[in-house]
Amino acid sequence: MKLSREEVLHIAKLARIELREEEIEKFREQLSEILNFVEKLNELDTEGIDPKFSVVPPENVLREDIPGLSLPREKTFMNAPETDGEFFIVPKVVKK
Amino acid sequence: MEFEAVIGLEVHAQLLTKTKIFCSCKNEFGAPPNTNVCPVCLGMPGSLPVLNKRAVEYAVKAALALNCKINRYSVFARKHYFYPDLPKAYQITQYELPFAEHGWVEIEKSDGTKKRIRIRRIHMEEDAGKTIHGEGFDENSYVDLNRAGTPLIEIVSEPDISTPEEARLYMQKLRDILVWIGVNDGNLEEGSLRCDANVSIRPKGSKEFGTRTEIKNVNSFRFIQKALEYEIQRQIEVVKSGGEVVQETRLFDSAKGITKTMRTKEEAEDYRYFPEPDLPPLIIDDEWLESIRESLPELPDQVKERFVEEFKITPYDASILVRERALADFFEKAAKAYSGEAKRVANIIISDYLGILNEEKFSVEESPVKPEQMAQLLELVDKDVISIRVAKEEVLPEMVKTGKSPKEIVEAKGLVQISDESALKEIIKKVLANNEKAVKQYKEGNEKQKQKAVKFLIGQVMKETRGKANPKLLNQLIPQVLDEEG
Repeated sequence: MKLSREEVLHIAKLARIELREEEIEKFREQLSEILNFVEKLNELDTEGIDPKFSVVPPENVLREDIPGLSLPREKTFMNAPETDGEFFIVPKVVKK
Repeated sequence: MEFEAVIGLEVHAQLLTKTKIFCSCKNEFGAPPNTNVCPVCLGMPGSLPVLNKRAVEYAVKAALALNCKINRYSVFARKHYFYPDLPKAYQITQYELPFAEHGWVEIEKSDGTKKRIRIRRIHMEEDAGKTIHGEGFDENSYVDLNRAGTPLIEIVSEPDISTPEEARLYMQKLRDILVWIGVNDGNLEEGSLRCDANVSIRPKGSKEFGTRTEIKNVNSFRFIQKALEYEIQRQIEVVKSGGEVVQETRLFDSAKGITKTMRTKEEAEDYRYFPEPDLPPLIIDDEWLESIRESLPELPDQVKERFVEEFKITPYDASILVRERALADFFEKAAKAYSGEAKRVANIIISDYLGILNEEKFSVEESPVKPEQMAQLLELVDKDVISIRVAKEEVLPEMVKTGKSPKEIVEAKGLVQISDESALKEIIKKVLANNEKAVKQYKEGNEKQKQKAVKFLIGQVMKETRGKANPKLLNQLIPQVLDEEG
């Protein structure tokens, strides 16, 4: 099974990355290889077996609804590319 | 050809927990930007979500109040999309296995008919942050992540709604129930309750569904109705002019009252859901479920029925009294404290008390008036100490303003009803002298005109005494004085 060119472009779009022409073909190969590898799982007969949603023991892990400490702003914004000390600043995201 | 609409709503309701759904940051509206944030809700690598127990309890409480079946095993999932107010680039929600399904609510339409709207599912999820877009030449957007991680339930209806009015009533009903059981503050302006609407049209009576559009983020009861009215009309016109409705997401422009394209099917999101590996599945066992069920109060519709039955008030009055839990409690306590008919308690609350509260900008909870005092007020009327008019116009507003007992107010303001016959007769004579026309009408008129004149004169005496004259006595004394004067 091989991914189509359109499928590669769709995945790139979802990941918000731009691909150069030669990369499209390269990733088409690589992504297809990964899919083919995982495809092996489809050989198993899973008839009548419930899907497994989690591998951790079936036990609730919950917290009480008690407020704790939040971060001071200087820590919050430490890695922010741009801030005015109150907000994270990003390029305008609304369409005109 | 006649068309009918098919509407389904997705309502997001914030839960009134003290902390966020997956971290212990405060869940509060209006805090300074980015002060209620931590590594978990900022989506820092290496941080892990831990589910808030109370959020689950509130969610289950809501689902039970909406007649849902609770799934004992539910699973959180990641929903992926890019937006600056979603720091992890995925939202933790529930997808294949939500915690509640198959519920319903009943709405009552303006013509009195009732309709059941089925609920397909309810799932738990986290809210995103808030983005403020720069104005004019400001090419920036500003992100506040205080809201990121606020616990939400999303309530998805079946496409059982056929008119914009029904959509509004359904959303109002959800709000009333959620506020009543104390899991949501009902504040639409602050975004506590938000709605997306799916709508399509089809020839009347048809069983097939037309292509639907989704209207995003409608945040008032009025707008949900207006947005749907517009959108249904728009779709009808598209079909009538030979076109086809396109599947797309639309935004409601409340200023213009129209909906417009936001994104088309080709641009539709591809969310790539998968089970959230950072959270174990949620298990709601019998014991937990029963303890939540026990914490559920009697619901508005049940209270309404009980009020009609127990207190013999009209269904209409009862429906007003159960709009708010504090109000229903107030009425019930006052009605039980009062020695007379509960109907009179309902009357004074609905036609006078609520208006006064509104004027004084008090909620029922904030008002200093105690239910027992409302009962005492009516009893003062019953004992002829004050007239009903004085009770409503003079004493009750003062009770709301000062919190004093009706007796204190009546004494301090000298409002005790005048029931002394000779004193009343003096006042009547004075009023008659000033109202010759009415006197003449009484003397020369037929029975009907006589009655009218007496009624008018009672009003004049009331005005003269600032409502303090005993109306029962006036009824008897005015004709007496008129006849005596010959």
